[in-house]
Parts: sequence; C-alpha cells; structure tokens
Amino acid sequence: MPVRRLVGLVMVATAVAGTLVPLPALGQDGATVVTTTLRYDDANDERVPVEGVSIVVTTVDGAEVGSAATDAEGVFELEVPDGGEYVLTIDPSALPEGVALRDPDRIAVNVSVETGQVGRGLFALVEGEGGGGGSGGFLGTSPRQVAQLTVEGIKLGLFLAIAAIGLSLIFGTTGLVNFAHGEMIGFGLLIAYFFNFYGLAGAFGFLSSLPAPFGDGVNLIWAAVLAVLLGAGLGYVLDRFVFGPMRRRGVSLIAAMVVSIGGSILLRYIFLFAFGGNPRFYAQYTAQRGILVFDLVTITPKDMIAALISLLVLVGVGLFLGNTRMGKAMRAVSDNRDLAESSGIDVQKVINRVWVASGGLAALGGVFMGLSEQVSWNIGFRNLLLIFAGVTLGGLGTAYGALVGCLIVGVGVQVSTIWIPTELKNVGALVVLIIVLVFRPHGVLGRKERIG
Amino acid sequence: MDWGLIFDQALNEALDVNAILYALAAVGLNVHFGYAGLLNFGQVGFVAMGAYGMGLTITYFAIPNAFVSVLMGILFSLIFALLLGLPTLRLRADYLAIVTIAAAEIVRLIARSTAMRGITRGAEGLNEFIGPFRDLSPFNPSALYGFGPWQWRGNRVFVIIIGWLLVVLCVLVVWQLMRSPWGRVVKAIREDEDAARALGKNAFWYKLQALMVGGVIAGFGGMVWAWGNATVQPDFLVAPLTFFFWLVLILGGVGRTWSPVIGAMIFWFLITFIQNLGRQLVDSGTLSTSIMDLSQIDQIRFWIVGLALALLMIFRPQGIFGNRDEMALDAR
Repeated sequence: MPVRRLVGLVMVATAVAGTLVPLPALGQDGATVVTTTLRYDDANDERVPVEGVSIVVTTVDGAEVGSAATDAEGVFELEVPDGGEYVLTIDPSALPEGVALRDPDRIAVNVSVETGQVGRGLFALVEGEGGGGGSGGFLGTSPRQVAQLTVEGIKLGLFLAIAAIGLSLIFGTTGLVNFAHGEMIGFGLLIAYFFNFYGLAGAFGFLSSLPAPFGDGVNLIWAAVLAVLLGAGLGYVLDRFVFGPMRRRGVSLIAAMVVSIGGSILLRYIFLFAFGGNPRFYAQYTAQRGILVFDLVTITPKDMIAALISLLVLVGVGLFLGNTRMGKAMRAVSDNRDLAESSGIDVQKVINRVWVASGGLAALGGVFMGLSEQVSWNIGFRNLLLIFAGVTLGGLGTAYGALVGCLIVGVGVQVSTIWIPTELKNVGALVVLIIVLVFRPHGVLGRKERIG
Repeated sequence: MDWGLIFDQALNEALDVNAILYALAAVGLNVHFGYAGLLNFGQVGFVAMGAYGMGLTITYFAIPNAFVSVLMGILFSLIFALLLGLPTLRLRADYLAIVTIAAAEIVRLIARSTAMRGITRGAEGLNEFIGPFRDLSPFNPSALYGFGPWQWRGNRVFVIIIGWLLVVLCVLVVWQLMRSPWGRVVKAIREDEDAARALGKNAFWYKLQALMVGGVIAGFGGMVWAWGNATVQPDFLVAPLTFFFWLVLILGGVGRTWSPVIGAMIFWFLITFIQNLGRQLVDSGTLSTSIMDLSQIDQIRFWIVGLALALLMIFRPQGIFGNRDEMALDAR
C-alpha cells in the first residue's frame, strides 16, 4: 500500500530526530522563581551578558506581578507568589546598541512554573538587527544576516511546503480550495502536544498504570508519529463523511468551499476550547542553543533536523508521485479526471487517498511549525494565507509547484525583513501573491490554461 | 433563569449597531455574490476602509466635518474596490476568493502596524473622531430613548437611527439598481459571462462597478460601527468577520433584496440569545464551570457560525427566503 509506505517513511524520518538530547529540567528547593538570562554571542563567538535590562512579569491575564533588571551576569530572577503560568516581557528598546531579539515579535515569553521550583524563560538575543528590528535599512545589512535570514526562510518554506502539498493535491484532484487545511495543520500540532504531555493514557485512561511509553507523556518524536497517523485519519474522515458525500450529491465546488470555511471555523474554535488561548511549548526540545554552521549562520539542532526531515519527506512524496501506482493515479486524476476514470482508475478511491496523504503531511507540517515557534491554537490559520500564496505562486494543483512556491514565499518573507518591518513581512508575501496572479495566474510552474 | 432578560437583550441586539454593521456588509456582499456572482471573501476590508476613511478625515486630515468624513469613507471604499478589482476580476472565482481574503488581511496588518502609528495609531486604534458626528445629534446624551427592549442613551439612538436609515437607503438603491438595465446585465454576467460578452457588454467593467457598489455599502457599515463604538479597532476587523457576513447573507437568502437585513437581525437575535442563555446557565450553576466557563461561552458563537455555515450550504444553500436559481454556485 503506497500510502502506508509514505507514512512509514515519515516514521523512519522522525526517528532520526531521536539523537537529540533534551535539556535537563532545572529545579531547586525553596521559593517559586521565574528566571531568564540575557546573553548574546558576539562576533568572536563569546557569550556576552546584557546588564540592566528591565523585565516585567505578568500573569497570563495581564496582571503585573513585578519587575526586575538583569544583573552583571545578565541573569534576571523574580520570586512569584505561586506556581502557575507567567509572562515575561522585555522592552527591546532597552537593549544596548547593536543587540536585538532574534525574533523581534517575541518580546513576551510564557513561563510555567511549579510551586517551589524555578521556571526558565528564554529570550534569544543576537548581535545586529535580529529579524529586522523594525527600522530596516539596507545599508546596515551584513552578508551574514542575509545568509541567516535565507536559511530561516528555507526552513519556513520547507515547513510550509510539507503542509501545502496536500492542499495543492486536493485542489488538483477535486477542484476544491480547502480552507480547512489550516485546521488540519493545527490538528497535527495539538495532537502531538497532547500525546507529548498526556501520552496514550490521556486518550485511553486504562493505560495510565502502565510504564512510560504507554502510561505517561511520550517523547515528542513518538507524539509526532501519532499526530501524523491521526492527521491522516482526519483526512480520511473529512473525505469519507463530509466532502465525499457532497461530491456524490453534486454539491458545487463553491458551496463545498464555503462548507470548508464553516468547518474551519468550527474546528478552530474547538481547538481554542480544548487548548486555551495561550501559546505553550512542547515538553522536549524547547530551549536549544543555536550552533554556528560554516561560520555563517546559526541554527538550532531541532530546526536543522526538522528541516532535514521535511526535505526527506518532500523527496519521498516526489518519488511516490513519480514512481508508484497510486502516485501516478493521483497525477492522472489531477491532470484529467474523466480520462483517468475511463482508463480504469478508481477516482473516488484515489481522491480519498489524496485526502489521507494531505492530512498526514499537514499534521507533520504543523508539528514542525509548533517546534520552531510555539504551540498555539490558531497556528494553522495564521499560516494558511502564506500557504495559499506559496501554492498559487507555484501553480494551483501541482505538487512540485507547491514546493517551489512555498520555498520562494518562505525565503521572501524572511529576507524581506531587511527592508520592511517584521510585523509587515506577511504583507509582502500577500502583495506578491496578488501581483503573481495578475501577470502569471497559472503560477511559476503551472501549465498555461485559461483561468479568467 | 431570567427568560425576560434573555429575550430583551436578544431583541435589543437584533436592532443594535452590530446588526446594522452586519446588515450593511451583507447587503454589499449580496451585490457582489448574489447579483454579480463575485466570490468576495474580503468584505471586512471594505468595512475597514469605510471606518478608517471616515475616522482619518477627522483625526489625521483634521477636517472636523461629519459630511466630509462620510464622503472620504466612501472614497476609501471605492479606492479599495479599484485596487482589488482591477488586477483580480479577470480571474476565476476561486482565485478571487484567495486574493480578496489576502487583501483584507493586508489592510488590517498595515493599519495596525507600528510603521503606520503616526497615521492610524497602530494596534491602539483610532479614537477622538466622534465629536463632529455627535454634534449633529438632536438627542440628549444622558436621556434614555425607546420602548420595551429597545432603549438606548441619546448618542446611541442617533447612531442607530442613522444606521437603519442607511440600511433602508442602500436596500432601496440596490433594489432599483437590480431592476434597471444595469442590474440585468450584471445578473446576465453572473449567469454566463461569455454570453454577455458576446452581446458586446464589457463584463470586466460591470463586475468592477458591482464591486464598487457593494464595497461602498459595506463601507457605510464600517462607519456606523465606528460611530457606535466611538473607536476603530483594527483587531476587530479580522478575516473570520467576513465569514460571519457570509453566514448572514446565506441565512437570509442570496439574491433577494431584503433577506440580508433580515438575516442580520435573526443572526444577532440567535447569537445573543444562546450566549446569554449559556451565561445564565453558568451563573446559576446549572452548567458546571468545569465543563465551560464564561469566556468559553463567548466562543460558542464561533462553533454555531461554523456549523451553521457548513450545514446551510449543504442542505439549504438558498437560505430562508432565497431562490436557488438566483445563486451563482457554479460560477467559474
């Protein structure tokens, strides 16, 4: 079964990530403390502490708990009354000249702390402009920064592409623009989080007395595998019980699109209900120090491995589409549905398999997005427009086009922060989307056909 | 359980500012989708343009005149329609859907950005534009007006009266437009664009005009919403709001003159009713807070909207009053 082979590939690939060592949890007796350390690596790769930057601690509801400044070692510590979740907020303008947050959007960090323990937050500082720093300015850009942004863009593009290929295949085979694709991404992300913390026992209570692999939270790698499997299941269910019957009833594509929008809203707010509005981290691989590659770019091991797995999966999808029976059938249905049907291909079954593969891939993309940012309930919807941009750029309905388009969008979004403020980086991608549609509506790799 | 209060508040919301915003946005959407067959998923962008155009005239351009500010709101909506329509109206319907949703998001992201803080006040939103509008109000701000469940303070009554007058005006204009030769061409383009083109009609230009008409009506919605709240908050103008407008339109019935207005009233009545019922169930302890707390009750509206949108589209796409033949569901 080709699809099973695809899932198997994903499983093998995710297992590679097992070589990572999670950071040991910090804990000591006494007061409940939240802490963070402000340091950055200077040009000689030495850690420099940042002194005297004030950090404000609030509860997740926004009530201020207190504030303090970092000491000569760059260490900030504040005693909080009780265990729970707190938010550390930094004022980026208080940082010394030439030092910025790596991600200028991340001025607040959530820290959850048990009573009597130490909760650690992490602000990633870099020398230079960070991800753009808001002021922009081309003149201050070093080759190193361009390289760094390009690498981050490729990473983002790969994650987007993994999620986007399914969207493109669904459009190719059925003609449906699936607005619920963002929720398929979010589903994978949240399922992985659930198993990561509660394990199989969270879903099947009778397992709770069993030892670690069954009874407690499982390592993120296994949680990811489970998420991909369940994501594929969600794809199957959506096709089997929602979109499949609609196709047979002859519901028009535009009606189906509106249905997918309705489903998207419903699912998204069920996620919010189940998960809550605050972003959180996975149990493993949250705080990692970046390593310097080729003396040029810094990348954390988890991002590197996630990007490598993405690449492997994408190559796998390419081989699958090019060489297997089911993959060829998918492309045939995508190319010309009636011709495929009359040459003996079971179109409904192929479409169902496309949904299954899309669900699995979207879930994997979601896990990676949560790993490289934070786990939050609406990550799928936030990235949906970027995915649309990538897919349209590459040419709706083409799998390879989705890959190329998403890479262009990912790199474009990140590198554009050299010139435009970081908070507007997605605007750039959306403007490009509109411009592309004007001049080349069939996309960069799409076939020329009439779509106007 | 105070059923009287639940009904009163639900009836009140059915005529309040939110219902007016939804009614106007849905009337505009009806022109786009119902009559012209344009799949516009960025209606909230037009609402934003109307509200910001009106507000910026007073705060940024410093013209403290209510009439000039309304004209500017219309102008902003028209400009947005041109920016959106000129590049995209030649595209197929599903492409248009993606582009419109992207364009509306661009408007919001730019309006709330730090870079624009000097003009739009960023995420804080526009304030202090309400003066010239309130100066026109003949009502006493501290007195209560109205009867039964429909009682508001003077300033709000003025907004509500102006708002419903705008709704009536817009619906009458749309009604007359669609009976005119112009409306017949627009509907013909919806049914078969190639046939209309073969008869020498400039389909692109007609679609652009329809986009502008519907956009300006939505812009009025944005202005009423801004007057009612005395503020323009960019983070209210998110993409899901457009889908709410769609639900209102489909609930009432696509392609009928009055149905979006009735859809908006029914929508706000039901949403408020369910929400207040939930709140009272939690308050009285009938519904345990371990299942659902008050903030989660407020999210239920999204569940209902999502589910209703999907179910209506599958089982009754023509809504309550609509006519299935008037729907451009097979638009390409």
